[in-house]
Amino acid sequence: MELFDSESKKIVSDPLNVNNPISLQVLGICSALAVTIRLDQAIIMTFAVIFVLCSSNVVISLLRDYIPARVRIVIMLSVIASLVSFVDEVLQAYMYNMSKQLSVFVGLIVTNCIIMGRAEAFAIKHGPSKAFLDGLGNGLGYGMIIIIVSFFRELFGSGTLTLPDGGAGYVLFQMPDWLYAAGYENIGLLVLSPGAFFILGFVIWMQREIVGLEEEE
Amino acid sequence: MHSNRYTLIFVFIVTVVLGTILSFTKENLREDQENNLKADVNKTILRSLGFSEEQGSSWSNEDVEKIFTSNVVGLCVDSQGNIIDNVVLEEIDIEKNIEQLPVYLRVVDGEFQGIALPVAGKGLWSTVFGYIALEPDLNTVLGIQFYKHGETPGLGGEVEKKWFTNNFIGKKIRNNKDEIIGVEVLKGKVDNSKKDSIHQVDGISGATVTSKGVTIFLKDDLKRYEAYLNKVKENGII
Repeated sequence: MELFDSESKKIVSDPLNVNNPISLQVLGICSALAVTIRLDQAIIMTFAVIFVLCSSNVVISLLRDYIPARVRIVIMLSVIASLVSFVDEVLQAYMYNMSKQLSVFVGLIVTNCIIMGRAEAFAIKHGPSKAFLDGLGNGLGYGMIIIIVSFFRELFGSGTLTLPDGGAGYVLFQMPDWLYAAGYENIGLLVLSPGAFFILGFVIWMQREIVGLEEEE
Repeated sequence: MHSNRYTLIFVFIVTVVLGTILSFTKENLREDQENNLKADVNKTILRSLGFSEEQGSSWSNEDVEKIFTSNVVGLCVDSQGNIIDNVVLEEIDIEKNIEQLPVYLRVVDGEFQGIALPVAGKGLWSTVFGYIALEPDLNTVLGIQFYKHGETPGLGGEVEKKWFTNNFIGKKIRNNKDEIIGVEVLKGKVDNSKKDSIHQVDGISGATVTSKGVTIFLKDDLKRYEAYLNKVKENGII
């Protein structure tokens, strides 16, 4: 089997549109609220989640014939938690500023339902290469949504757009002063969690509209 | 269905393997992590004392070490302002130890240019750690930097941001009776027409508890150094 036959392509591309983990499966909402205040945090978080998701899928997939069904959730959780601790330690050692910015959220990847969800729904039934692609697809699907949400939250909530760099973040865009002078104000609500819900709601609505998903009555 | 024995053995093996991998990772990375942490604290002290990185570049751990050792003198004082010898400054618990107080002096070519004092206290979720630096008049804020906290990013976490810390520069920590009153973080913006505005900075919207916490611990922690600061005022840094 080739790595990129049509089935494999579908595994990667589905989570980006017709089967997006956040907007269609509505998984991983908790962290989508937490790390979307600033664009740079969302971008770094995307990389961390893609790494953990791909690795956990591959490990679970390799072990799938040996994991006793009764304790599979515990095993998945141990694998995921270990991977997250690993990422956290590596960040602290080699990318200290990045780890400082993400602070508690790196640890919270453990509780990201997408990772457990993909392990249980996909990795435990499929081979490692497919599981890897599934992890990649879902990680990108997750990243796409949180980057869109954080774009709007940071732009209209704080009036800036920040990209990650080694230090405190590179400010890509700042709302011009004349706009504030003319009476424009940042929308404080967007910085708070409810703001994320509003934007996420819009994103889910738009995506379902584009994909044409109908909820079953 | 696997047998109980198989299940137990499997779980045991997985636990041991994962545990071993993690311990090895931690053990191998420990030195780097500790160096990063130490450099980060020293970087905070340097920034509070008015040193800054050149535009577009950032200090490596070695740069921090070099600038720190050639420009900053650390010492330890007690609450009466007497200097205590033979104390390892890095090991002092800044939050709890009130009898051993670290002080960092910016001394360039023998000239006293500023003094950095550690401050720490409760925000909303966590203890916020930082350094506040004063100019040689021991009244004007030279700079303030926070390096460790677990506050919500975007809300309380804004304490570490430039827009917040820059507002402290030039503020006065003493009232006109020369008593230490610290700098108050307001709820909302500072009204510059008011007389007290020289002791106040803009608050962080959505982070009232963190703002209040900063106000309280700045005042309390600065007061701990009152005796030492008064001595320096009279006799210089010796």
